[in-house]
Amino acid sequence: MNSKSMKLYEVAHSRAGDKGNTSNLSLIPYKEEDYEWLGKVVTAEKVKEHLKDIIDGEVIRYDVASIKAYNFVCKNSLLGGVTTSLALDTHGKSLSSALLEMEVNLPS
Amino acid sequence: MLKIGSGAGFSGDRLEPAVELAQKVDLDYLVLECLAERTIAIAQKEKQKDPTKGYDPLLIDRMHALLPVLNEKRFRIITNMGAANPTAAAKKVIEIAKELNISCKVAVVTGDDVVKELQTDQEILENRNTVKDYQTISANAYLGVEALLPALTTSADIIITGRVADPSLFLATMIDYYNWSIDDYERLGQGTVIGHLLECAGQITGGYFADSGVKEVPNVAELGFPYAIIQEDGTAVISKTPDSGGAVNLMTVKEQLLYEVHDPAHYLTPDVTADFSNVKLIEVGENEVKVSGGSGQKKPSSYKVSIGYHAGYLSEGEISYAGTTAVERGKMAEEILRRRLSKEIPDMRVDLIGCSSVHRISFGTHHPYEVRLRAAALCENQELAKRLGNEVEALYTNGPYGGGGARKKISECVGVVSTLLEREVVDKQVNVEVFQHEQ
Repeated sequence: MNSKSMKLYEVAHSRAGDKGNTSNLSLIPYKEEDYEWLGKVVTAEKVKEHLKDIIDGEVIRYDVASIKAYNFVCKNSLLGGVTTSLALDTHGKSLSSALLEMEVNLPS
Repeated sequence: MLKIGSGAGFSGDRLEPAVELAQKVDLDYLVLECLAERTIAIAQKEKQKDPTKGYDPLLIDRMHALLPVLNEKRFRIITNMGAANPTAAAKKVIEIAKELNISCKVAVVTGDDVVKELQTDQEILENRNTVKDYQTISANAYLGVEALLPALTTSADIIITGRVADPSLFLATMIDYYNWSIDDYERLGQGTVIGHLLECAGQITGGYFADSGVKEVPNVAELGFPYAIIQEDGTAVISKTPDSGGAVNLMTVKEQLLYEVHDPAHYLTPDVTADFSNVKLIEVGENEVKVSGGSGQKKPSSYKVSIGYHAGYLSEGEISYAGTTAVERGKMAEEILRRRLSKEIPDMRVDLIGCSSVHRISFGTHHPYEVRLRAAALCENQELAKRLGNEVEALYTNGPYGGGGARKKISECVGVVSTLLEREVVDKQVNVEVFQHEQ
């Protein structure tokens, strides 16, 4: 059976936060039963690859099983940070939307 | 049980949700968090120009709106709207109380200003620089609950601070109300979770959340602000102003719990190394989420200090193109700007708004009817900054066809970096002063 391809926004929501030049992107499945398989396919490496044109530094994933959510901490991702960045979205508040554009395969 | 409301999540936040929350819910405390990272540096510059200024620009409006409700219902307000000048803010509030004929006592917490305590060879946390590499405007330590508690033991109606860690503004009330020990790190961790959830106001009631057809939020236009009912062990139920717009549910609370968090098991504040990793959330009613399971360990041994510095002049210029070849003409305009400015301003950023301005790339392709070119650079001096804007404006008569709506803007840029200071250095200068107006 072929696995089904989808974008993350179909199964999860996200919020971006900033501290200095680091952005954190949460990834929260709408259905808590999707937490396990999402963890298998949305690894820190996959997120770094998907956002390679945006994030210059490493990506670390923290798993928060008690609320069935993941937290991706993306270093060097805000062009210096909110106070001196030349970007329009200096906080990177819209980066959560970039994460949710990621294509994933639902394991069959 | 202790009831804390959150009446502002940033300096420019709406005024009326705090008023409605205070009117409709019998709060013990209303907390107004209004101090972003660099706001205090900008306020410091105002204070240098005029020693009676340097507090939050909306202080007067917020107090005019809230003092009559406070007079009627007698809750307490805690706010960091003192910014760079908490004492001047307190005097202003007393002035407003006199104007409105309302009895009012204000306690001021000072001591976060550590410009004089900084050593020139002190290390900057973000890079390998030291303090002397920056043209410092302000330096403020993130104070914690220990600075706030003496103010809470006064009978003040309003407590005004400068820089205090945001969750501490909430946590201090819990420690005071339930007599928690300041080394009961488990409770302090749970209390910090609740403070963290409330500090951005509308961000837990459906703001920064709503998404058409996916995350529907009722009546976002009249978003209600949140409050928490907190038990003796720190367990709390988060809710919002009755009959207001917005939503409090598992999704909004989960998003806010991880907002601006790095390692959820080690969230550093001046009060505790909080652990968010075992937090449990249960929907216990409509727009009611019960939060428990936060804990923590020993607090850090030093205070984080935020340094505001002069970082140059941000220059921005914009112009629009429309029609089938809008994108191509936007790119042509970019090339013209780069040819003309690359020697003087090598680090210029050019965006085509509508295509790739937000993330520098776009996922998937589309062909917009219109684009807006935006050029931006951080310039050492105002002359260079003017050059950029003038070149964008000159595209009217010297660039691709049909360019319209050119705008240019120069703003002074305040950067922020951090360092650490030993607790003793800061603690010895923390002070509380009370101002009063009796009818």
